[in-house]
Amino acid sequence: MNQHSLKSPRTLLRGVAIAFLASCMVSVTAVEVGDLAPSFSLQTTDSTFTSTQLAGKLSYIDFWASWCVPCKLSFPWMNEMQRKYRERGFQVVAVNVDKKRADADKFLARYPAAFAVAFDAAGDTPKKFAVPGMPTAYLVDPNGHVVYVHSGFREGDPQKIEAAIIAALEAMKKK
Amino acid sequence: MKRKIDRSSLRLLLVIALLVSTLSGCAMQPPQPWEKGNLARKEMTMSADPLDQAFTQHIYFSKESASGGYGVGGGGCGCN
Repeated sequence: MNQHSLKSPRTLLRGVAIAFLASCMVSVTAVEVGDLAPSFSLQTTDSTFTSTQLAGKLSYIDFWASWCVPCKLSFPWMNEMQRKYRERGFQVVAVNVDKKRADADKFLARYPAAFAVAFDAAGDTPKKFAVPGMPTAYLVDPNGHVVYVHSGFREGDPQKIEAAIIAALEAMKKK
Repeated sequence: MKRKIDRSSLRLLLVIALLVSTLSGCAMQPPQPWEKGNLARKEMTMSADPLDQAFTQHIYFSKESASGGYGVGGGGCGCN
């Protein structure tokens, strides 16, 4: 009897320890080159943007926030990329992760976007991608596979990303 | 006799529960990169004087040839 009463807390402890370790280990694996880009459906200023709209295009999915300083630099550059490569089937989608929509709107008034902007205040999309930092951009080929991932936006980065865009557009042409 | 055993095992259980609850701090996940909006605010910097902190950070990253990870510029966005 005594042995039995000792055993049950021990099994309980074991169960709790396993649950505790499991809770520490839960993490979504980051989306990497070669992976299928997760699908999403988000609100834009006037409608809904669904990732299926990107099928057949080379898309550039960018995660940004109003409080992210490098994002201020990336917006004019993304406008330029969108303008330059639109005709070749390139589309930029900027997913905003601000908790408050007003913050995002203020940012957009200052740094206007000539590309699709979707809002995800709940943060479900960045969670699916396991975004490593802000901003992070994913270049996704027409079949939905990630071909390039870039985190941050520093000096020299625009050139690097543009080279990846050009390479991906070339690869599209060959197919 | 039977009641005595039950009480001691209950006490043991309580102690275990208490010990386990102290460990649960680890289960609290740090904010994800996209959740750092509030942390990026100026009010959230460790220093009272933003200008002074900017200057200190400037010295720091000049010496360390790395850029500041908080407050200044990057705003804790995990990218700079």
